[in-house]
Amino acid sequence: MSALLQAAPSVIAAFLGSLVEFVEALTIVLAVGTVRGWRPALTGAMAGALVLIAIVLLLGPLLSVIPLRPLQFAIGLLLLLFGMRWLRKAILRAAGIIPLHDEAAAFAAETAEMRAAKLSTGPIAILRLDPIAVVTTFKAVVIEGIEVAFIVIAVGAAGHTLLPASLGAAVAGLLVIGLGVLIHRPLARVPENALKFAVGVLISAFGCFWIGEGLGFPWPGEDLAVIAMVVCLLAASMAAAQIAGRRVPTVRAGE
Amino acid sequence: MATLATILKELWGLFVDDGSLALALVVWIAACGVGLGHTPIPVDWDAPILFVGCLAILIFNVMQTIRRRKAMQVDR
Repeated sequence: MSALLQAAPSVIAAFLGSLVEFVEALTIVLAVGTVRGWRPALTGAMAGALVLIAIVLLLGPLLSVIPLRPLQFAIGLLLLLFGMRWLRKAILRAAGIIPLHDEAAAFAAETAEMRAAKLSTGPIAILRLDPIAVVTTFKAVVIEGIEVAFIVIAVGAAGHTLLPASLGAAVAGLLVIGLGVLIHRPLARVPENALKFAVGVLISAFGCFWIGEGLGFPWPGEDLAVIAMVVCLLAASMAAAQIAGRRVPTVRAGE
Repeated sequence: MATLATILKELWGLFVDDGSLALALVVWIAACGVGLGHTPIPVDWDAPILFVGCLAILIFNVMQTIRRRKAMQVDR
C-alpha cells in the first residue's frame, strides 16, 4: 500500500504530461490520415514508434554505464531547460500574452498544409506510399515521443519509480489512441495549458533537484525538497501569470 | 537529409525556446557549480541558492517578455 502511495505522484504526473504529447501527435496523424490516406499516415506513425523504441532500448542500458553524478547533472540540466521552457510558455499563455494552443486550429492548419502539398515521386512513392504523409507522421511521433520519454525520466527516475511512471504514460497513450480511433477527430477539450503548467512545474523542480545532486549540493529535507520546490514554483508562476495578465491585454487563440 | 535537419532543429527546440532564458540558466548553474565552493556561505545553502536563482531567472524572463510586448503595443 505504501509503495502504491509512493508511486502515485509519478504515475499521475507521467499520465498527465504524456496525455498532452499524445494528443498533439494524434492531431497530426488524424490530419494526415484524413487528407492523404490512412496507410501512409499509420506507416509513418509506426515507423516513428519503432525508432523511439530503438532509441530507448539503445540508450537505456547506457544510462547505467555513465557515472552517477555526471548523469544526474546532465539529465537535470536537460530537464530544467525543458521544464522551464514549458513553464514560461504556460505562464505567458495563462496570462493571455501568447494564444492558447488550439487542437482544432492545429488540425485545420495541418489538413490545409497536407491538401496544398503535391503528391511527390520518390523511393517511398514507388512503394505506393505518400512520402509527405509518411515523413510528417514519423516526425510527429518521434518528437512527441521523445518529450514523453523525458517526462517519464523526470518524474520516475528521482523516486526510483520509472516502471510505474512508464505505465502511467502507456495508459495515457492507449487512452488517446483509443479515443482517436473512436471519434476520428482531434481531442480539442483537453485542458492543455493547465496540464503543461502542472507538468512544467514538476519537471523544473525535478531538474533543479538533479542538478543539485550532480553538483554534490546537499538538499535540506533530501527528497522532500522536491515538494518544497514544486510549491514555490507553482506559487511564483501563478503570481507571475496574474501580474502579467493585468499588464497586457489578452491575446485570443489564432491571433 | 532535410528531414533529419528538421528533426534535429525540433529537438533543439524542445530545450531552447527563448535563447536568453536557456543561456541565463546555464550561466547561473555554471556559476553555482564553480563559485559557491569558494564563498564563505555554509554548504547547506548551496542547493537553495541554486533553486532561487533559477526561479528568479524564469520570473525575470517572463517580466521582460511582458515589457517587450507592452513596448510593441505602444509603438503601434
